[in-house]
Amino acid sequence: MSIEIQHINKQFGDFTALSDVSVTIPSGELVALLGPSGCGKTTLLRIIAGLETADNGRILFNGEDTTASHVRERRVGFVFQHYALFRHMTVFDNVAFGLNVRPKSTRPSKGEIREKVMKLLSLVQLDAMAGRYPSQLSGGQRQRIALARALAVEPQVLLLDEPFGALDAQVRAELRRWLRRLHDEIHVTSVFVTHDQEEALEVSDRIVVMNKGRIEQAGTPDQVYEHPANPFVINFLGNVNLFHGRLSQQDAEQHGPVEDAVSYVRSHDIEIDRKQQDSTSLRAEITNIQKLGPTVRVTLAIAGNSKCVEAELTRDLFQNLGLQSGEAVFVRPRQVRVFVEDYQI
Amino acid sequence: MSALNKKNSSNRSQTEPAFVRWLLIAIAMSFLTLFLALPLAAVFGQAFEKGLTVYLDAIREPDTLSSIKLTLITAAVTVPLNLFFGVTAAWAIAKFSFPGKNLLITLIDLPFSVSPVISGFIYVLIFGLQGWLGPWLQEHDIKIVFAVPGIILATLFVTFPFVARELIPLMEAQGKEEEEAALVLGATGLQTFFLVTLPNVKWGIIYGVILCNARAMGEFGAVSVVSGHIRGMTNTVPLHVEILYNEYNYSAAFAVASLLAFLALITLAVKSVAEWKVRQQFENN
Amino acid sequence: MQFFKRHNNVLPGFGPTLGFTVFYLSLIVLIPLSALVFRTMGLTWGEFLATVTAPRVMASYKVTFGAAIIAAVINAVFGVLVAWVLVRYRFPGRRFIDALVDLPFALPTAVAGITLATIYSPNGWVGRYLEPLGIKVAFTPLGIVLAMTFIGLPFVVRTVQPVVEEIEVELEEAATCLGANRWQTLKLVIFPMLLPSILTGFALSFARAVGEYGSLIFIAGNMPMVSEITPLLIITKLEQFDYQGATAIACVMLLASFSMLLIINLLQKWSRRYAE
Repeated sequence: MSIEIQHINKQFGDFTALSDVSVTIPSGELVALLGPSGCGKTTLLRIIAGLETADNGRILFNGEDTTASHVRERRVGFVFQHYALFRHMTVFDNVAFGLNVRPKSTRPSKGEIREKVMKLLSLVQLDAMAGRYPSQLSGGQRQRIALARALAVEPQVLLLDEPFGALDAQVRAELRRWLRRLHDEIHVTSVFVTHDQEEALEVSDRIVVMNKGRIEQAGTPDQVYEHPANPFVINFLGNVNLFHGRLSQQDAEQHGPVEDAVSYVRSHDIEIDRKQQDSTSLRAEITNIQKLGPTVRVTLAIAGNSKCVEAELTRDLFQNLGLQSGEAVFVRPRQVRVFVEDYQI
Repeated sequence: MSALNKKNSSNRSQTEPAFVRWLLIAIAMSFLTLFLALPLAAVFGQAFEKGLTVYLDAIREPDTLSSIKLTLITAAVTVPLNLFFGVTAAWAIAKFSFPGKNLLITLIDLPFSVSPVISGFIYVLIFGLQGWLGPWLQEHDIKIVFAVPGIILATLFVTFPFVARELIPLMEAQGKEEEEAALVLGATGLQTFFLVTLPNVKWGIIYGVILCNARAMGEFGAVSVVSGHIRGMTNTVPLHVEILYNEYNYSAAFAVASLLAFLALITLAVKSVAEWKVRQQFENN
Repeated sequence: MQFFKRHNNVLPGFGPTLGFTVFYLSLIVLIPLSALVFRTMGLTWGEFLATVTAPRVMASYKVTFGAAIIAAVINAVFGVLVAWVLVRYRFPGRRFIDALVDLPFALPTAVAGITLATIYSPNGWVGRYLEPLGIKVAFTPLGIVLAMTFIGLPFVVRTVQPVVEEIEVELEEAATCLGANRWQTLKLVIFPMLLPSILTGFALSFARAVGEYGSLIFIAGNMPMVSEITPLLIITKLEQFDYQGATAIACVMLLASFSMLLIINLLQKWSRRYAE
């Protein structure tokens, strides 16, 4: 089931949540809506579900216009950030809910419901918990139950609103890997909202980066990371350093001297050396060293530049170089992206 | 984002059709009109039925004035006592944990579940002529039952929980971090209480006091048992209303009753403001 | 106090405040109430039983508890409706109505009593329209139900209202996404969440109505065997200096109150059963 989003607009009073958003979500993919809070990603997800109505624009499921159809008829599975499990029902009854509320004519028999619910519970590896109440489960378990409940109605699309947002770091990492494996098994078109770039890069087939109600870029994780469309995208995905003006003579020659150009270099693309390599090397002084487990973050003050630069290198490399705080070194950007307003070189 | 969505949820798919909504509103409002608005209007309607002069005469009558005086005295004694108790109890219960805490809370609420008639009766059993201390009191010529002290005791009993039960949950919700911070900064216990705790629960106290006062001035059943109904001596305003009504002096009865109804309206207004302030305080935190 | 020291709380004043609380509670509430219990113990079992099961007393239980149950049912039904309407719908005057719900808490019972009796008397504002229909309210058990409904009205509204406020929108959205229609959502998701608070409100309303005196005596008519409530019977016995009779009946009422209190506490514990 593919989802086409065409020219969606949404206002909340004076606040523009979405402005002219168009994007296509291919069938069977797991797509991340990535952006800072307030960027409209949750609103877009709720509009796809039918929980919110767009001011104008259309949503097509497999080419069919669903804009006018009610949430109940869209057959979407929705997983909420805070699970929204029914507290007064057991895990089993929660998962069975969507089947139990069907009209008599299409409702499966008790036995069929039981079989299906147990199958789903084993899919989310919680078959032993069928008789428990949600309050007796951990956060990660609750979110898996919420997912099983959404899948029970055999949705055409699965929508997840910050599904791991309320969980602690370790459970979060575990659960997103598990979601990836689950998706490889069931292949239902899925959209999930996140503000965590790492999560989006790790889990999804495709990332839609949003900001201030607009789509900044849509593409595979590699495309978005390797070829960011604009400063916002490069800023949002990974740690990045800014340099005002051109960094290399070559760039300046090719495009002429433009004063308001900004160069972006990711922290791990900055090389540190004791000797000057070529014309792109800059003189700098190490002001701070932070060891962060497998990597080391080195803060450097560049001669003639008011801003500090952060470089990230592996622990091995750091030890081989034997860098000290206060030492004078040379830095050289390995890969530079220059943006002049909206134009990328 | 979710906050925004909730504020604009009027178009959400999760509500009843418009005609159902308006039908439910209409039923609820009819019920409330019949049971609340109509009686309220009737008190004032009956009070002014025979004109302003009759109304004012009824209120200026000496027995009425003395009943107002007694009611004010009763409230002036009981409200501060129960306020002091409420704040003390809330401090012990909300800021400390100890075994038997839940039992203590239940016991504090006890007067709410006892019939007002029994609330008065128990004091008759202790201080009445046939009571435990009756003979001794008579020997020393001390009158408690069928006198002002009895009225005050019975009122103390029925208004006992008001301040405490408002303050306990409020102070529990506020935790004790701020008090601990004040102590770490060198404040004494009393400074901590007056400068940190009290300002935080100010509106909760006002809320409790206004309800306590309303009940103290309006109590009928308990006071009726211990008062002895001596006109101009041991009649509170509600008891005076009863006497006037039973004498078929309806205009005067409703005129005096309208004073109590007016008090009730002020109580509701202050209560609404206090409730709103408490809520606001919680939302800001 | 040494016993409590292990809680290791730095805040001062625990000993004095708890001490005063227990002292004042004992003085004003516990000792006077125990007087009633001790007095009852002075009666023999036979005397006690004979007093509390006399036909006139039995009739008063029937009137009091019967009317209180009917009033509490009325309040449960309309209380849930009022709470729902006040929280979920927006209409002019909503805030004012919300404040007015507490009127029965704030209006002295004697005022409520004479007012209701006047409105529903045969020539009163409402009574005059009921009279031709053959419905008599004032001075009948129906009047007792009416006054009990009035004084118990805020309880269900005020216990259910916060629970309705706290229902997360997501729960209803989840139910709708799973294909439930509005009625199914109300029946299967919302009602079970409200049920404990409805029962608590019902019990509070019932308990208040059973002990009520001031608002009832004016409208009840107070006819022995027909419309005489139990609290009035205690006063009648007292006025006849029948202290033993009054004590015995009061003790039965007190037991009823305590049972209600216990039930209400259990209900509240039950309502927190699924809390996280």
